[in-house]
Amino acid sequence: MGFVILGIETSCDETGVALYHSEQGLLGHALYSQVDLHAKYGGVVPELAARDHVRKLIPLIKTLFSEHHLKTVDGVAYTAGPGLIGALLVGAAVGRSLAWGWQVPAIGVHHMEGHLLASMLEEPTPTFPFLALLVSGGHTQLVNVAAVGKYTVLGESVDDAAGEAFDKTAKLLGLGYPGGPAIARLAKQGNPDAFHFPRPMTRQPGLNFSFSGLKTFVLTTWKAQEQNEQTRADVARAFEDAVIDTLAIKCRRALQETGLKSLVIAGGVGANQRLRTRLTELGNKMKVAVYYPHPIFCTDNGAMIAYAGALRFAAKQFEPLAFEARPRWSMNDL
Amino acid sequence: MKLLAIDTSTEACSCALYIDGEIQNRSVIAPRQHAALILPMADELLQAADLKPNQLDVLAFVRGPGSFTGLRITCGVAQGIAFAADIPVIPISSLATLAQAANIEYGAKNVLAAIDARMKEIYWGGYRLDNEGIMRCELDEIVCQPEKISLPTTGKWYGTGTGWTTYATQLSTIVGNLLHHYQGERYPQSHAMIPLALAAFKEGKIESAENALPVYLRNKVVNIARGNPPGIL
Repeated sequence: MGFVILGIETSCDETGVALYHSEQGLLGHALYSQVDLHAKYGGVVPELAARDHVRKLIPLIKTLFSEHHLKTVDGVAYTAGPGLIGALLVGAAVGRSLAWGWQVPAIGVHHMEGHLLASMLEEPTPTFPFLALLVSGGHTQLVNVAAVGKYTVLGESVDDAAGEAFDKTAKLLGLGYPGGPAIARLAKQGNPDAFHFPRPMTRQPGLNFSFSGLKTFVLTTWKAQEQNEQTRADVARAFEDAVIDTLAIKCRRALQETGLKSLVIAGGVGANQRLRTRLTELGNKMKVAVYYPHPIFCTDNGAMIAYAGALRFAAKQFEPLAFEARPRWSMNDL
Repeated sequence: MKLLAIDTSTEACSCALYIDGEIQNRSVIAPRQHAALILPMADELLQAADLKPNQLDVLAFVRGPGSFTGLRITCGVAQGIAFAADIPVIPISSLATLAQAANIEYGAKNVLAAIDARMKEIYWGGYRLDNEGIMRCELDEIVCQPEKISLPTTGKWYGTGTGWTTYATQLSTIVGNLLHHYQGERYPQSHAMIPLALAAFKEGKIESAENALPVYLRNKVVNIARGNPPGIL
């Protein structure tokens, strides 16, 4: 028996859909990335993102349903926030209306809860409680996950998200978008000793982050140098080192303060290989188990929304017919 | 024939249910409240008629032009209902709906519909009543500054829509002798979509759910220099 949940993700620049079965697990998922659409602007253009979601969402769902020979589901989960309001509204309008059309419940999922729980989609699954580091283009947070639905944000970025800092730095250096992979590629050729950038907010207590000053540091350094390929790689390397070091220092501090024995990495920046290596070393030193979702579940996807939706469906947390998008929505309010 | 019509393209939010000649209708003026209102309205109409969504034959929606966000709400809702209920959709113009409403309300036969598009522009179109009592597009729908509107050559025309409030003086001066009368405080209303939708259905102008897409008319939305789009309507 069990039940099937359709998950819909449209909070930023990825259109994601998935089907999750309460007993069989993830049945299937599909993703359309708008990265090429936004590349020439060096960042996500909200209006273009919303325009693309409304074109791509139903075709993705249609394909997924025909692959799985489904005509209906038991519930529809969609990302209700946080994110870009126009983009979120598309998923909410389609998701809530699908649910009404089928006369089944709808679930409004918190995007970051989706990310937090994405690691549960794969074996081995982490056990509660755990510390989660959420690092993406929109968020940088350390979260104490006591249980499903019990989240405490321990620290977060006071300005730019880590992924945003990657994008902006890439733009300064004349690299492509998205910035994360571009910088990681270039940093491999960089000399680690050429420059040293600050590790923001690591000398003061607390678990908050700040990445906007680092971007300014990159700009000043880059402008003061002879701008050749080697310097570009050296700056990329120094920047990546600074971000990774900062994230690792705060993770270590959070693990020490909470005494938690598991660390889960989530969000697009979590796909950065050198960050993974660094955090694995940290885990080994501190005897902490470190979990990484598959890169496809690190970035925005429908599977994590379907999974979080299934848990909330079981708890009968349904949305009314009056749907809404919550562009700013704290996880502490869950 | 059971047809549901929805519109959230402007400040108004409305929903109408047609069952074999009878129309029930819900409508409010409620800017930025559309997401909260549209499905409860539809649900109320269907419950009163003891219908389930999958008992509908077709769904008509306003495809634009209008508020970008409003259009995506209508289209998203139309896509969701139509896909789940496995029924086709019929795209209807907001401007044609205004024209049809002017016929229902005043017996207008020639209509110049204008919606305030912000940014000193209007959405503009001309419509003429055919022998079947259906408004047909006579002047192509465009987005332009009020002084750049296209004009009919003959006849007496009725002006309707919010463009006629914001730019009353400019538009009536430009239309001049061709203008019979105008009424600015008018919004698309889904009951006026019904005749248009029935005619389109008869002509086979139906689409599948994924083709319930907005017609924005305004497609320059990115300011390259700033990398940001202008505000939504």
